[in-house]
Amino acid sequence: MRRIIALIAVLTMVAVPVFAGKDNKITISGSTTVLPIAQACAEIFMDMNPEVNISVRGGGSSVGIAAIIAGTADIGDASRHINTKELNQARENGVNPYENIVANDGIAVVIHKNNPVHALTLAQLKDIYTGNIQNWKDLGGPNLPIVVISRDVSSGTFEVFNTIVLQNEKVLDGSLMLASNNAVATTTAETPGAIGYIGLGYLNDNLNTVQIEGIMPSKQTIQSMEYPISRTLHMYTNGAPKGLVKEFIDFILSVEGQEIVEEQGFISVD
Amino acid sequence: MNNFKELSFKTVTYIASLFTIVVLLGIIFSIFLGGTPVFQYVSLTKFLSSPSWHPTHDPPDFGILSLIIGSLLVTAGALVISIPLGLGSAIYISEIASQRVREILKPIIELLAGIPSVVYGLFGMAFLSPFLIRIFKIPTGLNIFSASIILGLMVVPIISSLSEDALSSVPKSLREASLALGANKWETIIRIVVPAAKAGIISSIILGFGRAVGETMVVLMVAGGAAQIPSNIFQPVRPMPATIAAEMGETVIGSPHFYALYGIAIILFVITFISILITEFIVMRKKR
Repeated sequence: MRRIIALIAVLTMVAVPVFAGKDNKITISGSTTVLPIAQACAEIFMDMNPEVNISVRGGGSSVGIAAIIAGTADIGDASRHINTKELNQARENGVNPYENIVANDGIAVVIHKNNPVHALTLAQLKDIYTGNIQNWKDLGGPNLPIVVISRDVSSGTFEVFNTIVLQNEKVLDGSLMLASNNAVATTTAETPGAIGYIGLGYLNDNLNTVQIEGIMPSKQTIQSMEYPISRTLHMYTNGAPKGLVKEFIDFILSVEGQEIVEEQGFISVD
Repeated sequence: MNNFKELSFKTVTYIASLFTIVVLLGIIFSIFLGGTPVFQYVSLTKFLSSPSWHPTHDPPDFGILSLIIGSLLVTAGALVISIPLGLGSAIYISEIASQRVREILKPIIELLAGIPSVVYGLFGMAFLSPFLIRIFKIPTGLNIFSASIILGLMVVPIISSLSEDALSSVPKSLREASLALGANKWETIIRIVVPAAKAGIISSIILGFGRAVGETMVVLMVAGGAAQIPSNIFQPVRPMPATIAAEMGETVIGSPHFYALYGIAIILFVITFISILITEFIVMRKKR
Protein backbone atom coordinates (compact mmCIF):
# COMPACT_ATOMS: atom_id res chain seq x y z
CA MET A 1 0.00 0.00 0.00
CA ARG A 2 2.75 2.45 0.96
CA ARG A 3 4.63 1.58 -2.17
CA ILE A 4 1.52 2.10 -4.25
CA ILE A 5 0.98 5.54 -2.71
CA ALA A 6 4.59 6.45 -3.41
CA LEU A 7 4.21 5.19 -6.96
CA ILE A 8 1.06 7.25 -7.49
CA ALA A 9 2.84 10.27 -6.05
CA VAL A 10 5.71 9.81 -8.51
CA LEU A 11 3.36 9.25 -11.43
CA THR A 12 1.24 12.31 -10.69
CA MET A 13 4.35 14.45 -10.39
CA VAL A 14 5.41 13.25 -13.82
CA ALA A 15 1.90 13.62 -15.20
CA VAL A 16 1.24 17.17 -14.00
CA PRO A 17 3.15 19.07 -16.71
CA VAL A 18 1.48 16.92 -19.39
CA PHE A 19 -2.06 17.59 -18.26
CA ALA A 20 -1.71 21.16 -17.07
CA GLY A 21 -3.21 23.15 -19.87
CA LYS A 22 -1.68 26.58 -19.27
CA ASP A 23 -4.70 28.76 -19.91
CA ASN A 24 -7.27 28.40 -17.16
CA LYS A 25 -5.73 25.76 -14.95
CA ILE A 26 -3.86 26.29 -11.71
CA THR A 27 -2.05 23.45 -9.99
CA ILE A 28 -1.22 23.79 -6.33
CA SER A 29 0.71 21.37 -4.18
CA GLY A 30 2.57 21.38 -0.91
CA SER A 31 2.09 21.86 2.82
CA THR A 32 -0.78 19.98 4.41
CA THR A 33 -1.09 22.95 6.80
CA VAL A 34 -1.87 25.32 3.94
CA LEU A 35 -3.97 22.70 2.14
CA PRO A 36 -7.33 23.55 3.77
CA ILE A 37 -6.87 27.25 2.91
CA ALA A 38 -5.93 26.46 -0.68
CA GLN A 39 -8.78 24.00 -1.04
CA ALA A 40 -11.52 26.19 0.44
CA CYS A 41 -10.38 29.26 -1.52
CA ALA A 42 -10.08 27.22 -4.73
CA GLU A 43 -13.66 25.97 -4.41
CA ILE A 44 -15.10 29.45 -4.02
CA PHE A 45 -12.82 30.90 -6.69
CA MET A 46 -13.97 28.21 -9.12
CA ASP A 47 -17.61 28.95 -8.27
CA MET A 48 -17.00 32.58 -9.14
CA ASN A 49 -15.04 31.71 -12.29
CA PRO A 50 -16.57 28.54 -13.72
CA GLU A 51 -14.07 28.33 -16.59
CA VAL A 52 -11.16 28.05 -14.16
CA ASN A 53 -9.95 24.69 -12.94
CA ILE A 54 -7.75 24.54 -9.84
CA SER A 55 -6.26 21.28 -8.65
CA VAL A 56 -4.98 21.20 -5.09
CA ARG A 57 -2.74 18.51 -3.64
CA GLY A 58 -0.95 18.05 -0.33
CA GLY A 59 2.44 16.42 0.05
CA GLY A 60 4.18 18.70 2.53
CA SER A 61 6.11 21.96 2.45
CA SER A 62 9.18 20.35 0.93
CA VAL A 63 7.07 18.88 -1.84
CA GLY A 64 5.48 22.28 -2.53
CA ILE A 65 8.81 24.05 -2.81
CA ALA A 66 10.26 21.18 -4.85
CA ALA A 67 7.27 21.50 -7.23
CA ILE A 68 8.03 25.18 -7.79
CA ILE A 69 11.70 24.41 -8.39
CA ALA A 70 10.80 21.63 -10.84
CA GLY A 71 8.06 23.73 -12.46
CA THR A 72 5.45 21.01 -11.88
CA ALA A 73 3.04 23.33 -10.03
CA ASP A 74 1.97 26.96 -10.37
CA ILE A 75 1.76 27.47 -6.63
CA GLY A 76 3.81 25.66 -4.00
CA ASP A 77 2.37 25.82 -0.48
CA ALA A 78 4.80 25.91 2.43
CA SER A 79 4.36 26.41 6.15
CA ARG A 80 8.02 27.43 6.43
CA HIS A 81 10.43 29.68 4.57
CA ILE A 82 12.44 28.35 1.66
CA ASN A 83 15.91 27.27 2.84
CA THR A 84 19.29 28.07 1.32
CA LYS A 85 19.72 24.64 -0.21
CA GLU A 86 16.39 24.90 -1.98
CA LEU A 87 17.11 28.47 -3.06
CA ASN A 88 20.38 27.39 -4.67
CA GLN A 89 18.63 24.50 -6.37
CA ALA A 90 16.00 26.92 -7.71
CA ARG A 91 18.65 29.30 -9.08
CA GLU A 92 20.34 26.39 -10.84
CA ASN A 93 17.01 25.62 -12.51
CA GLY A 94 16.50 29.25 -13.45
CA VAL A 95 13.56 29.55 -11.08
CA ASN A 96 13.00 32.61 -8.91
CA PRO A 97 10.85 31.55 -5.90
CA TYR A 98 8.55 34.39 -4.80
CA GLU A 99 7.01 34.24 -1.35
CA ASN A 100 3.34 35.25 -0.95
CA ILE A 101 2.27 35.37 2.69
CA VAL A 102 -1.35 34.19 2.80
CA ALA A 103 -1.99 33.60 6.50
CA ASN A 104 -0.51 33.67 9.99
CA ASP A 105 -0.32 30.68 12.25
CA GLY A 106 0.76 30.22 15.81
CA ILE A 107 1.77 27.07 17.61
CA ALA A 108 0.30 26.97 21.08
CA VAL A 109 1.94 25.00 23.87
CA VAL A 110 -0.62 23.04 25.86
CA ILE A 111 -0.66 20.98 29.05
CA HIS A 112 -3.21 18.93 30.97
CA LYS A 113 -5.99 21.06 32.42
CA ASN A 114 -5.14 20.12 36.03
CA ASN A 115 -1.52 21.21 35.68
CA PRO A 116 -1.04 24.55 37.51
CA VAL A 117 2.01 25.64 35.48
CA HIS A 118 0.87 28.55 33.34
CA ALA A 119 3.99 30.18 31.94
CA LEU A 120 7.23 28.94 30.43
CA THR A 121 10.20 30.57 28.76
CA LEU A 122 11.55 29.46 25.40
CA ALA A 123 14.66 28.19 27.21
CA GLN A 124 12.58 26.07 29.61
CA LEU A 125 10.58 24.72 26.68
CA LYS A 126 13.79 23.75 24.94
CA ASP A 127 15.05 22.03 28.11
CA ILE A 128 11.80 20.07 28.34
CA TYR A 129 11.93 18.94 24.73
CA THR A 130 15.61 17.97 24.88
CA GLY A 131 15.19 16.10 28.16
CA ASN A 132 17.12 18.44 30.49
CA ILE A 133 14.01 19.08 32.58
CA GLN A 134 12.06 15.90 33.25
CA ASN A 135 9.72 16.72 36.12
CA TRP A 136 7.06 19.40 36.56
CA LYS A 137 8.35 20.12 40.08
CA ASP A 138 11.40 21.82 38.52
CA LEU A 139 9.00 24.26 36.85
CA GLY A 140 6.95 25.07 39.93
CA GLY A 141 4.38 22.36 39.28
CA PRO A 142 3.49 19.07 40.97
CA ASN A 143 5.95 16.18 41.38
CA LEU A 144 5.01 14.51 38.12
CA PRO A 145 7.22 13.22 35.30
CA ILE A 146 6.83 15.27 32.13
CA VAL A 147 5.38 13.38 29.18
CA VAL A 148 6.83 15.13 26.15
CA ILE A 149 4.55 15.06 23.10
CA SER A 150 5.81 16.14 19.71
CA ARG A 151 4.68 15.92 16.11
CA ASP A 152 6.36 13.63 13.60
CA VAL A 153 9.73 14.97 12.52
CA SER A 154 8.65 15.37 8.91
CA SER A 155 5.61 17.55 9.65
CA GLY A 156 5.67 21.30 9.00
CA THR A 157 4.55 21.97 12.56
CA PHE A 158 7.58 20.11 13.92
CA GLU A 159 9.80 22.03 11.56
CA VAL A 160 8.66 25.39 12.96
CA PHE A 161 8.90 24.14 16.53
CA ASN A 162 12.32 22.70 15.72
CA THR A 163 13.57 26.01 14.32
CA ILE A 164 12.13 28.36 16.95
CA VAL A 165 12.21 26.26 20.12
CA LEU A 166 14.71 23.44 19.67
CA GLN A 167 17.04 25.54 17.53
CA ASN A 168 17.94 22.37 15.69
CA GLU A 169 18.88 20.35 18.77
CA LYS A 170 17.63 16.78 18.74
CA VAL A 171 14.24 16.20 20.27
CA LEU A 172 14.28 13.80 23.24
CA ASP A 173 14.25 10.16 22.04
CA GLY A 174 11.60 9.23 24.58
CA SER A 175 9.07 11.80 23.44
CA LEU A 176 5.78 10.65 21.93
CA MET A 177 5.81 11.47 18.23
CA LEU A 178 2.20 11.73 17.08
CA ALA A 179 0.86 11.98 13.56
CA SER A 180 -1.63 14.86 13.80
CA ASN A 181 -2.67 18.01 15.69
CA ASN A 182 -5.77 16.16 16.82
CA ALA A 183 -3.78 13.25 18.20
CA VAL A 184 -1.61 15.68 20.19
CA ALA A 185 -4.66 17.53 21.55
CA THR A 186 -6.48 14.32 22.57
CA THR A 187 -3.43 12.71 24.15
CA THR A 188 -2.46 15.86 26.07
CA ALA A 189 -6.01 16.22 27.40
CA GLU A 190 -5.90 12.64 28.71
CA THR A 191 -2.37 12.53 30.11
CA PRO A 192 -1.83 14.38 33.43
CA GLY A 193 1.91 14.96 32.91
CA ALA A 194 1.71 15.85 29.24
CA ILE A 195 3.02 18.83 27.30
CA GLY A 196 2.33 19.20 23.61
CA TYR A 197 2.12 21.80 20.85
CA ILE A 198 -0.69 22.36 18.36
CA GLY A 199 -2.11 24.88 15.92
CA LEU A 200 -4.30 27.61 17.41
CA GLY A 201 -7.38 26.13 15.74
CA TYR A 202 -7.11 22.98 17.86
CA LEU A 203 -7.22 24.66 21.29
CA ASN A 204 -10.15 23.61 23.47
CA ASP A 205 -11.41 23.74 27.04
CA ASN A 206 -9.88 20.39 27.94
CA LEU A 207 -6.40 21.87 27.62
CA ASN A 208 -4.45 24.57 29.42
CA THR A 209 -2.60 26.95 27.15
CA VAL A 210 0.80 28.07 28.43
CA GLN A 211 2.17 31.61 28.16
CA ILE A 212 5.50 31.67 26.36
CA GLU A 213 7.89 34.44 27.45
CA GLY A 214 4.86 35.94 29.23
CA ILE A 215 2.71 36.10 26.12
CA MET A 216 -0.46 34.15 25.42
CA PRO A 217 -0.95 32.99 21.85
CA SER A 218 -3.84 34.97 20.34
CA LYS A 219 -4.84 36.53 17.05
CA GLN A 220 -3.22 39.85 17.93
CA THR A 221 0.02 38.50 19.39
CA ILE A 222 0.49 36.16 16.43
CA GLN A 223 -0.26 38.79 13.76
CA SER A 224 2.27 41.09 15.40
CA MET A 225 4.72 38.16 15.75
CA GLU A 226 4.98 39.20 19.41
CA TYR A 227 4.19 35.63 20.45
CA PRO A 228 7.49 33.79 20.04
CA ILE A 229 6.23 30.60 18.36
CA SER A 230 4.37 32.15 15.45
CA ARG A 231 4.86 31.73 11.76
CA THR A 232 3.61 32.87 8.40
CA LEU A 233 2.08 30.50 5.84
CA HIS A 234 3.22 30.88 2.26
CA MET A 235 2.31 30.23 -1.32
CA TYR A 236 5.43 30.21 -3.46
CA THR A 237 5.30 31.14 -7.12
CA ASN A 238 7.99 31.36 -9.79
CA GLY A 239 8.54 35.10 -9.86
CA ALA A 240 5.84 37.55 -8.73
CA PRO A 241 2.42 36.04 -9.50
CA LYS A 242 0.82 37.09 -12.78
CA GLY A 243 -2.29 36.35 -14.80
CA LEU A 244 -4.68 33.84 -13.34
CA VAL A 245 -2.36 32.88 -10.48
CA LYS A 246 -2.23 36.55 -9.45
CA GLU A 247 -6.04 36.73 -9.54
CA PHE A 248 -6.25 33.69 -7.29
CA ILE A 249 -3.69 34.93 -4.76
CA ASP A 250 -5.31 38.38 -4.75
CA PHE A 251 -8.58 36.61 -3.95
CA ILE A 252 -7.02 34.83 -0.96
CA LEU A 253 -5.66 38.14 0.29
CA SER A 254 -9.05 39.89 -0.17
CA VAL A 255 -11.45 40.37 2.73
CA GLU A 256 -13.48 37.37 1.59
CA GLY A 257 -10.38 35.18 1.20
CA GLN A 258 -9.08 36.11 4.64
CA GLU A 259 -12.48 35.22 6.12
CA ILE A 260 -11.96 31.75 4.69
CA VAL A 261 -8.48 31.69 6.27
CA GLU A 262 -10.06 32.43 9.66
CA GLU A 263 -12.81 29.85 9.10
CA GLN A 264 -10.07 27.26 8.59
CA GLY A 265 -8.66 28.03 12.03
CA PHE A 266 -5.76 30.26 11.03
CA ILE A 267 -5.08 33.93 11.66
CA SER A 268 -5.67 36.43 8.87
CA VAL A 269 -2.82 38.47 7.46
CA ASP A 270 -2.74 41.82 9.21
CA MET B 1 -17.19 -25.32 -28.73
CA ASN B 2 -16.58 -26.98 -25.37
CA ASN B 3 -12.91 -27.12 -26.20
CA PHE B 4 -12.88 -23.41 -26.88
CA LYS B 5 -14.64 -22.70 -23.57
CA GLU B 6 -12.15 -24.79 -21.70
CA LEU B 7 -9.19 -23.17 -23.40
CA SER B 8 -10.42 -19.63 -22.78
CA PHE B 9 -11.14 -20.45 -19.13
CA LYS B 10 -7.64 -21.85 -18.79
CA THR B 11 -6.15 -18.74 -20.36
CA VAL B 12 -8.11 -16.34 -18.15
CA THR B 13 -7.14 -18.08 -14.92
CA TYR B 14 -3.56 -18.43 -16.11
CA ILE B 15 -3.33 -14.69 -16.81
CA ALA B 16 -4.90 -13.91 -13.43
CA SER B 17 -2.31 -15.96 -11.55
CA LEU B 18 0.50 -14.61 -13.71
CA PHE B 19 -0.67 -11.04 -13.01
CA THR B 20 -0.45 -11.61 -9.24
CA ILE B 21 3.10 -12.87 -9.58
CA VAL B 22 4.11 -9.96 -11.80
CA VAL B 23 2.67 -7.44 -9.31
CA LEU B 24 4.44 -9.17 -6.42
CA LEU B 25 7.77 -9.18 -8.25
CA GLY B 26 7.18 -5.53 -9.20
CA ILE B 27 6.64 -4.59 -5.57
CA ILE B 28 9.73 -6.48 -4.41
CA PHE B 29 11.77 -4.90 -7.18
CA SER B 30 10.50 -1.39 -6.41
CA ILE B 31 11.18 -1.49 -2.66
CA PHE B 32 14.70 -2.77 -3.26
CA LEU B 33 15.23 -0.14 -5.94
CA GLY B 34 13.90 2.54 -3.59
CA GLY B 35 15.74 1.34 -0.52
CA THR B 36 19.25 0.41 -1.61
CA PRO B 37 20.38 4.04 -2.27
CA VAL B 38 20.20 4.72 1.48
CA PHE B 39 23.41 2.73 1.83
CA GLN B 40 25.27 5.51 0.05
CA TYR B 41 24.58 7.62 3.13
CA VAL B 42 24.81 5.03 5.91
CA SER B 43 26.38 1.57 6.06
CA LEU B 44 24.10 -1.47 6.44
CA THR B 45 25.66 -2.28 9.83
CA LYS B 46 25.09 1.24 11.12
CA PHE B 47 21.56 1.32 9.67
CA LEU B 48 20.70 -1.85 11.58
CA SER B 49 22.71 -1.32 14.77
CA SER B 50 22.38 2.39 15.61
CA PRO B 51 19.39 3.23 17.82
CA SER B 52 19.38 6.91 16.81
CA TRP B 53 16.59 7.83 14.35
CA HIS B 54 16.69 11.58 13.60
CA PRO B 55 16.00 11.63 9.85
CA THR B 56 15.30 15.36 9.50
CA HIS B 57 18.05 16.56 11.82
CA ASP B 58 21.07 18.26 10.36
CA PRO B 59 23.14 16.04 10.01
CA PRO B 60 20.57 13.22 9.95
CA ASP B 61 20.84 9.94 11.87
CA PHE B 62 19.50 6.87 10.10
CA GLY B 63 19.65 4.11 12.70
CA ILE B 64 16.66 1.81 12.91
CA LEU B 65 17.63 -0.51 15.79
CA SER B 66 15.11 1.18 18.11
CA LEU B 67 12.41 0.83 15.44
CA ILE B 68 13.15 -2.89 14.93
CA ILE B 69 13.13 -3.47 18.67
CA GLY B 70 9.88 -1.50 18.96
CA SER B 71 8.25 -3.66 16.29
CA LEU B 72 9.47 -6.92 17.79
CA LEU B 73 8.37 -5.95 21.33
CA VAL B 74 4.80 -4.97 20.41
CA THR B 75 4.53 -8.08 18.23
CA ALA B 76 5.81 -10.34 21.01
CA GLY B 77 3.36 -8.70 23.41
CA ALA B 78 0.54 -9.21 20.93
CA LEU B 79 1.37 -12.92 20.65
CA VAL B 80 1.51 -13.33 24.44
CA ILE B 81 -2.09 -12.10 24.49
CA SER B 82 -3.42 -13.67 21.31
CA ILE B 83 -1.95 -17.20 21.55
CA PRO B 84 -3.80 -18.22 24.75
CA LEU B 85 -6.99 -16.42 23.69
CA GLY B 86 -6.90 -17.65 20.09
CA LEU B 87 -5.87 -21.20 20.87
CA GLY B 88 -8.25 -21.41 23.83
CA SER B 89 -11.23 -20.31 21.78
CA ALA B 90 -10.20 -22.63 18.93
CA ILE B 91 -10.10 -25.64 21.28
CA TYR B 92 -13.41 -24.67 22.83
CA ILE B 93 -15.17 -24.18 19.48
CA SER B 94 -13.73 -27.29 17.87
CA GLU B 95 -13.75 -29.77 20.76
CA ILE B 96 -16.03 -28.71 23.57
CA ALA B 97 -18.82 -26.43 22.39
CA SER B 98 -22.16 -27.82 21.26
CA GLN B 99 -23.17 -27.42 17.62
CA ARG B 100 -25.41 -24.44 18.51
CA VAL B 101 -22.81 -22.56 20.56
CA ARG B 102 -20.25 -23.20 17.80
CA GLU B 103 -22.54 -21.69 15.19
CA ILE B 104 -22.92 -18.52 17.26
CA LEU B 105 -19.33 -18.21 18.49
CA LYS B 106 -17.49 -18.80 15.22
CA PRO B 107 -18.97 -15.89 13.25
CA ILE B 108 -18.55 -13.56 16.23
CA ILE B 109 -14.82 -14.26 16.44
CA GLU B 110 -14.54 -13.89 12.68
CA LEU B 111 -16.35 -10.56 12.96
CA LEU B 112 -13.44 -9.38 15.11
CA ALA B 113 -11.25 -9.80 12.02
CA GLY B 114 -13.57 -7.56 10.00
CA ILE B 115 -13.22 -4.49 12.22
CA PRO B 116 -11.06 -1.88 10.43
CA SER B 117 -7.70 -1.35 12.10
CA VAL B 118 -8.33 2.39 12.46
CA VAL B 119 -11.29 1.57 14.70
CA TYR B 120 -9.03 -0.58 16.87
CA GLY B 121 -6.59 2.32 16.94
CA LEU B 122 -9.24 4.81 18.01
CA PHE B 123 -10.40 2.46 20.75
CA GLY B 124 -6.82 2.19 22.00
CA MET B 125 -6.21 5.92 21.88
CA ALA B 126 -9.49 7.21 23.29
CA PHE B 127 -10.46 4.46 25.72
CA LEU B 128 -7.67 2.05 26.62
CA SER B 129 -4.90 4.62 27.02
CA PRO B 130 -6.64 6.92 29.58
CA PHE B 131 -7.88 3.79 31.37
CA LEU B 132 -4.33 2.43 31.74
CA ILE B 133 -3.08 5.78 33.06
CA ARG B 134 -5.69 5.64 35.84
CA ILE B 135 -5.19 1.96 36.68
CA PHE B 136 -1.40 1.73 36.63
CA LYS B 137 -0.53 5.36 37.46
CA ILE B 138 1.84 5.46 34.49
CA PRO B 139 2.88 8.71 32.78
CA THR B 140 1.48 7.79 29.34
CA GLY B 141 -1.06 5.29 28.07
CA LEU B 142 0.45 5.14 24.58
CA ASN B 143 3.08 2.46 25.06
CA ILE B 144 4.20 -1.11 24.33
CA PHE B 145 1.63 -2.55 26.72
CA SER B 146 -1.42 -0.86 25.20
CA ALA B 147 -0.26 -1.45 21.61
CA SER B 148 0.28 -5.13 22.47
CA ILE B 149 -3.24 -5.46 23.85
CA ILE B 150 -4.86 -3.91 20.76
CA LEU B 151 -2.63 -5.81 18.31
CA GLY B 152 -3.27 -8.99 20.31
CA LEU B 153 -7.03 -8.56 19.93
CA MET B 154 -6.57 -8.11 16.19
CA VAL B 155 -4.54 -11.31 15.88
CA VAL B 156 -6.94 -13.47 17.96
CA PRO B 157 -9.32 -14.22 15.05
CA ILE B 158 -6.43 -15.27 12.79
CA ILE B 159 -4.99 -17.72 15.31
CA SER B 160 -8.44 -18.83 16.42
CA SER B 161 -9.99 -19.59 13.04
CA LEU B 162 -6.87 -21.17 11.50
CA SER B 163 -6.18 -23.30 14.59
CA GLU B 164 -9.83 -24.29 14.69
CA ASP B 165 -9.57 -25.48 11.07
CA ALA B 166 -6.49 -27.51 11.99
CA LEU B 167 -8.16 -29.02 15.06
CA SER B 168 -11.37 -29.90 13.18
CA SER B 169 -9.44 -31.67 10.48
CA VAL B 170 -7.89 -34.10 12.96
CA PRO B 171 -9.58 -37.46 12.10
CA LYS B 172 -12.39 -38.48 14.38
CA SER B 173 -10.88 -41.96 14.69
CA LEU B 174 -7.94 -40.58 16.68
CA ARG B 175 -10.27 -39.09 19.29
CA GLU B 176 -12.34 -42.26 19.44
CA ALA B 177 -9.26 -44.43 19.86
CA SER B 178 -8.01 -42.22 22.69
CA LEU B 179 -11.35 -42.27 24.50
CA ALA B 180 -11.62 -46.01 23.99
CA LEU B 181 -8.24 -46.50 25.65
CA GLY B 182 -9.61 -44.83 28.76
CA ALA B 183 -8.36 -41.23 28.34
CA ASN B 184 -10.85 -38.55 29.38
CA LYS B 185 -11.84 -35.61 27.17
CA TRP B 186 -9.22 -33.26 28.61
CA GLU B 187 -6.40 -35.78 28.10
CA THR B 188 -7.62 -36.52 24.59
CA ILE B 189 -7.55 -32.83 23.65
CA ILE B 190 -4.17 -32.04 25.16
CA ARG B 191 -2.29 -35.29 24.38
CA ILE B 192 -3.87 -36.33 21.09
CA VAL B 193 -5.81 -33.65 19.19
CA VAL B 194 -3.57 -30.63 19.77
CA PRO B 195 -0.31 -32.49 18.94
CA ALA B 196 -1.95 -33.89 15.79
CA ALA B 197 -2.89 -30.37 14.70
CA LYS B 198 0.50 -28.95 15.69
CA ALA B 199 1.60 -27.91 12.20
CA GLY B 200 -1.61 -25.99 11.55
CA ILE B 201 -1.48 -24.30 14.95
CA ILE B 202 2.15 -23.23 14.54
CA SER B 203 1.50 -21.83 11.08
CA SER B 204 -1.53 -19.91 12.42
CA ILE B 205 0.74 -18.34 15.05
CA ILE B 206 3.35 -17.42 12.47
CA LEU B 207 0.70 -15.87 10.23
CA GLY B 208 -0.53 -13.96 13.28
CA PHE B 209 3.05 -12.78 13.83
CA GLY B 210 3.22 -11.56 10.24
CA ARG B 211 -0.06 -9.70 10.64
CA ALA B 212 1.06 -8.03 13.89
CA VAL B 213 4.51 -7.04 12.70
CA GLY B 214 3.14 -5.40 9.55
CA GLU B 215 0.10 -3.73 11.10
CA THR B 216 0.42 0.02 10.66
CA MET B 217 -2.58 2.01 11.83
CA VAL B 218 -2.77 0.59 15.34
CA VAL B 219 0.89 1.08 16.15
CA LEU B 220 0.80 4.55 14.59
CA MET B 221 -2.04 5.54 16.90
CA VAL B 222 -1.32 3.57 20.08
CA ALA B 223 2.41 2.78 20.37
CA GLY B 224 3.37 6.40 21.12
CA GLY B 225 5.94 6.86 18.38
CA ALA B 226 9.08 7.44 20.48
CA ALA B 227 12.20 6.21 18.67
CA GLN B 228 13.95 4.82 21.74
CA ILE B 229 15.02 1.50 23.19
CA PRO B 230 12.52 1.12 26.04
CA SER B 231 13.47 0.08 29.55
CA ASN B 232 10.01 -1.22 30.50
CA ILE B 233 6.74 -2.17 28.82
CA PHE B 234 5.03 1.08 29.83
CA GLN B 235 7.28 3.16 27.60
CA PRO B 236 6.37 4.33 24.10
CA VAL B 237 8.09 2.87 21.04
CA ARG B 238 8.08 3.60 17.31
CA PRO B 239 7.50 0.42 15.31
CA MET B 240 8.74 0.25 11.69
CA PRO B 241 5.38 0.46 9.84
CA ALA B 242 4.33 3.50 11.91
CA THR B 243 7.55 5.26 10.97
CA ILE B 244 7.02 4.69 7.26
CA ALA B 245 3.36 5.74 7.39
CA ALA B 246 3.97 8.86 9.47
CA GLU B 247 6.96 10.16 7.55
CA MET B 248 6.52 9.08 3.92
CA GLY B 249 3.81 11.68 3.17
CA GLU B 250 6.00 14.67 3.96
CA THR B 251 9.31 13.43 2.66
CA VAL B 252 10.92 14.79 -0.48
CA ILE B 253 11.06 12.05 -3.11
CA GLY B 254 14.68 11.13 -3.76
CA SER B 255 16.06 12.46 -0.47
CA PRO B 256 18.17 10.26 1.88
CA HIS B 257 15.22 10.23 4.30
CA PHE B 258 12.98 8.87 1.52
CA TYR B 259 15.46 6.10 0.74
CA ALA B 260 15.82 5.32 4.45
CA LEU B 261 12.05 4.78 4.73
CA TYR B 262 12.25 2.37 1.80
CA GLY B 263 15.19 0.75 3.62
CA ILE B 264 12.86 0.14 6.58
CA ALA B 265 10.34 -1.34 4.14
CA ILE B 266 13.01 -3.78 2.93
CA ILE B 267 13.74 -4.93 6.49
CA LEU B 268 10.02 -5.28 7.20
CA PHE B 269 9.55 -7.24 3.98
CA VAL B 270 12.44 -9.56 4.81
CA ILE B 271 10.96 -10.25 8.27
CA THR B 272 7.47 -11.08 6.95
CA PHE B 273 8.95 -13.01 4.01
CA ILE B 274 10.94 -15.23 6.37
CA SER B 275 7.85 -15.82 8.53
CA ILE B 276 5.84 -16.89 5.46
CA LEU B 277 8.68 -19.17 4.33
CA ILE B 278 8.69 -20.87 7.73
CA THR B 279 4.91 -21.40 7.50
CA GLU B 280 5.22 -22.91 4.02
CA PHE B 281 8.05 -25.13 5.22
CA ILE B 282 5.99 -26.45 8.13
CA VAL B 283 2.94 -27.10 5.94
CA MET B 284 5.08 -28.83 3.32
CA ARG B 285 6.87 -31.04 5.83
CA LYS B 286 3.54 -32.10 7.24
CA LYS B 287 2.27 -33.14 3.81
CA ARG B 288 5.19 -35.49 3.28
